[in-house]
Amino acid sequence: MNERIIGRVRRVNGPVIILRGVRDARMLELVHVGNGLLVGEVIKLEGEEALVQVYEDTTGLAPGEPAYGSGMPLSLELGPGLLGSIYDGIQRPLDELLKRTGTFIGRGVSANALDRSRRWGFVPSAAKGSLLAAGAVLGRVQETSRIEHRICLPPGTSGKLISIAPEGEYGVDEVVAVIDTGQERRELTMVQRWPIRVPRPARSRRPPSIPLVTGQRVIDTLFPLAKGGTVAIPGGFGTGKTMTQHAIAKWCDADIIVYIGCGERGNEMTDVLTEFPHLVDPRTGKSLMERTVLIANTSNMPVSAREASVYTGVTIAEYFRDQGYHVAVMADSTSRWAEALRELSGRMEEMPAEEGFPAYLPTRIAEFYERAGYMDTLSGSEGSMSIIGAVSPPGGDFSEPVTQHTKRFVRCFWGLDRNLANARHYPAISWLDSYSEYLEDVSSWWTDLAGEGWARDRKEIVELLRRETRLLQVVKLVGPDALPDSQRFVIEVCGLFKNAFLQQNAFDEVDRFSSPLKQYKMLSLILAYWRRGAGAIKRGVSLGELKKIAVLQDIVKMKFTIKDDDEEAFAKLAAALDRAVDRLESAYA
Amino acid sequence: MPELKLGPDTERRLAAAREYRGLARIEGPLIFVRKTHPVGYRELVECVDSSGSPRLGMVMDSSDDLVVAQIFEGTQNLTMPDTTVRFTGKPLSLGVSTAMLGRVFDGLGRPIDSGPPPKAEREVDVNGRPINPTAREYPRDFIQTGISAIDGMNTLIRGQKLPIFSGNGLPHNELAAQIARQAKIRGGKTDFAVVFAAMGVKHDVARFFIRSFEETGSSDNVALFLSLADDPSIERIVTPRVALSLAEFLAYEKGMHVLVILTDMANYCESLREISTIRGEIPSRKGYPGYLYSDLAEIYERSGMIKGLPGSITQLPILTMPNDDISHPIPDLTGYITEGQIVFERDLGGRGIYPPVAGLPSLSRLMKDGIGKGMTREDHPHLASQLFAAYSYVKDVRNLASVIGEEELSPLDKKYIAFGEFFETRFINQSPDEDRSMERTLDLGWEALRRLPAEELHRVTDEELDTWYGAEVGG
Repeated sequence: MNERIIGRVRRVNGPVIILRGVRDARMLELVHVGNGLLVGEVIKLEGEEALVQVYEDTTGLAPGEPAYGSGMPLSLELGPGLLGSIYDGIQRPLDELLKRTGTFIGRGVSANALDRSRRWGFVPSAAKGSLLAAGAVLGRVQETSRIEHRICLPPGTSGKLISIAPEGEYGVDEVVAVIDTGQERRELTMVQRWPIRVPRPARSRRPPSIPLVTGQRVIDTLFPLAKGGTVAIPGGFGTGKTMTQHAIAKWCDADIIVYIGCGERGNEMTDVLTEFPHLVDPRTGKSLMERTVLIANTSNMPVSAREASVYTGVTIAEYFRDQGYHVAVMADSTSRWAEALRELSGRMEEMPAEEGFPAYLPTRIAEFYERAGYMDTLSGSEGSMSIIGAVSPPGGDFSEPVTQHTKRFVRCFWGLDRNLANARHYPAISWLDSYSEYLEDVSSWWTDLAGEGWARDRKEIVELLRRETRLLQVVKLVGPDALPDSQRFVIEVCGLFKNAFLQQNAFDEVDRFSSPLKQYKMLSLILAYWRRGAGAIKRGVSLGELKKIAVLQDIVKMKFTIKDDDEEAFAKLAAALDRAVDRLESAYA
Repeated sequence: MPELKLGPDTERRLAAAREYRGLARIEGPLIFVRKTHPVGYRELVECVDSSGSPRLGMVMDSSDDLVVAQIFEGTQNLTMPDTTVRFTGKPLSLGVSTAMLGRVFDGLGRPIDSGPPPKAEREVDVNGRPINPTAREYPRDFIQTGISAIDGMNTLIRGQKLPIFSGNGLPHNELAAQIARQAKIRGGKTDFAVVFAAMGVKHDVARFFIRSFEETGSSDNVALFLSLADDPSIERIVTPRVALSLAEFLAYEKGMHVLVILTDMANYCESLREISTIRGEIPSRKGYPGYLYSDLAEIYERSGMIKGLPGSITQLPILTMPNDDISHPIPDLTGYITEGQIVFERDLGGRGIYPPVAGLPSLSRLMKDGIGKGMTREDHPHLASQLFAAYSYVKDVRNLASVIGEEELSPLDKKYIAFGEFFETRFINQSPDEDRSMERTLDLGWEALRRLPAEELHRVTDEELDTWYGAEVGG
């Protein structure tokens, strides 16, 4: 290791250590501490002392041991080979670690994030002699069968292309282009490095207008998320945060998924690792793993790397965004990240604000979510990064600091409800607490797809759900029999809507994903039942008769039985419903 | 520091022979030593009091001029000038071997039955190391416990960590003992072992478990680590780690299927809070340290299965919820780490229903991949979902009945009441020595559903209704 000694350990007390005799360390510099060369980052400089946050377990580290500075901030390697990989919080490849230290994760191991032995087919797309701006595409690599990796000039680098490699196979650290920046000739490989705490630049931000289609009905229809948007999913344990995140990661229409397992269960990451390669993307027919990058810092891995893991994830996502892709980042769970901040802050003996969290918690949360957006990239294409952050409030209490501050900086909120989860109503997204500020932004997209009726129908069902809530309060006091049939019918229709529409079975081959059009057809059918039924009740048909309509059983099961593109089946159901209500009404004519 | 050019390991070994006499300060379980050689963080400390008896401890804070260590056996009777301290240069470790099965140890892993110390096959660091997620095998094999509330509704999977959230006076010990007794994998003969760690539990409780293991003749497959209520509370920090070190050895090196029972995790957390307070750390909720989550994760995550290795560790931690409050930090943080939870309900317990497993908040996260066709029975996933849905509605109906009276309920709601009654008294309820087969459990589930009309059962398929609901079997 050709790094300089920047100081020696003075005190060890968990993951934050103090160095003495420090003169030339830089703020946020990557350092290697002690005889075991543990990875760390300088987080505070004072006099001749430096505070270092160590990303590995510090057991055995003793005062007097040296610390080596690397001269650069904690950065990622970005290039072909990211897709399908699983990394720890500081981008060490876990499968490589497995080969080196076995089943249990060792310490002080360094490994290249991108495999040096692998060769990639590079196809140049920039012409020699051309003037290139930062972010311009130099060439292309077919990284997986569905994703073309675009090799771009790193931000901050521009100039005249002096030479570019011909089409052929290259390793990631071979020079593929030389550029004259005006000051120097710079050799470029397919890898670029980028510090995790600095957002990658884009040309400009666009207002979000296209929904991120998740295939989850309660989300797409009631509380849509836009591409480039941010959403928080808070919920106590067992309410299905991870299940919802997994479902979105599997079926949403993003090009790239970055899944950050931040302080969560080891088996959940294993679940993703074993399941995703076998799942097939309904849109491309390719394995889902081909578009996925995993960042795993499980709950028993070092807490300081947990703090870094979310930045690692968003930096990788921004890198793909800059190539013109739509990226969705799942951060599960941002509360563990906030708690890591709290723990480190405590070790640094900072003055705490609410519940022991540091006073800069809201700033950090804001900085994190603001990295999302729908951008015009430097390369001239459009790309987006959406952030879907799970929040784990203690005791399921949404008034705690992390949930509250997150709410300030996201525009969409999917609150998970304990009672729904207890009744195994999944996804347990509450239709009363949740909201989406993207509704206006994406409604023209829906109108183009489904016609003017969509906005009206959506509004109508939301209104019905509100009425039902009020009616249920009455029912709680006096029982349902006290209500007239017209009001009981509201409860009936909402019950049908919850059963047939809102509930979605993540394990059913058909039900796990609904196309936007299928969602709209389902919603229309349920509303047709409401409109015709309400009319029939006015004509004297009783609620009991309406409930006995045989076609209702088919409506309840349509989510399982009717495939996405089968418009005919929906038309048939609608006709059958009309006939059934006609028959009932004819008796009272 | 001497300017000798020695390797760091040699230097540390030499330093391990040094003894320091006299302490700078004693506070609670912590001792402070000044002017030592460089001491490693979390190094094992041996501290000898004036009477010559040794105590073990661990370094919590190490700096150039001061070392802080916590003494597991407490600091009572230590004196400032007459105490000698030796830093061993290695973390707290445990000599592990298969000969430890059938034996009883204290909370630090030293034998307290009358037998000789078992010969160690290997020394392991009790702190363990995180399992690489890519090395894990996703757990899928269900364990039949013979208890309907678990097998039918919250199926236990081999390699899972499934805690029991209980309250004082509820039969969590009986349930844990029953699971240890009856747990079996279908069709397989297996090397099965139980590692039992008691933290701050009463002597009677420890005796109950020992007797239960003896009665079934399984005590040769059980290792007990006991840190009882009158043992020093600091020792409890180490007890689960010691127990899990043995479990890991048995599972991953000897290929055994190990069931680890940890009781009572609430006492463990109390000890952690005690130390944290003495060290003057900034508390988060209810005075518990901010790292309670990470610390609990270090324990709970030491379970699972590893690719290519035959063994497994299944954890069954027991914790009594303070004041039956599930949102208290201990059950709350536990629930965020473990793969589900079995929650006890005092009301069911009061009605004499055993096990008093609350239908709705209980959950097994790994159940989805371990049940169904080829594993339990093809109708199991939908049946369980239907039972949950129906039972959840029962709760609403009961609330309504408490306002308007049961007489005023609609005929359908009355059927739900009948379903709820059957579900609780016949399906959930069983005797502590009844070992129900999976088939019997599922059949009972359908029998409960027969109290309801078929149109109400939205979560099962028509075929399932034909096969199971229609088949009228006398119960």
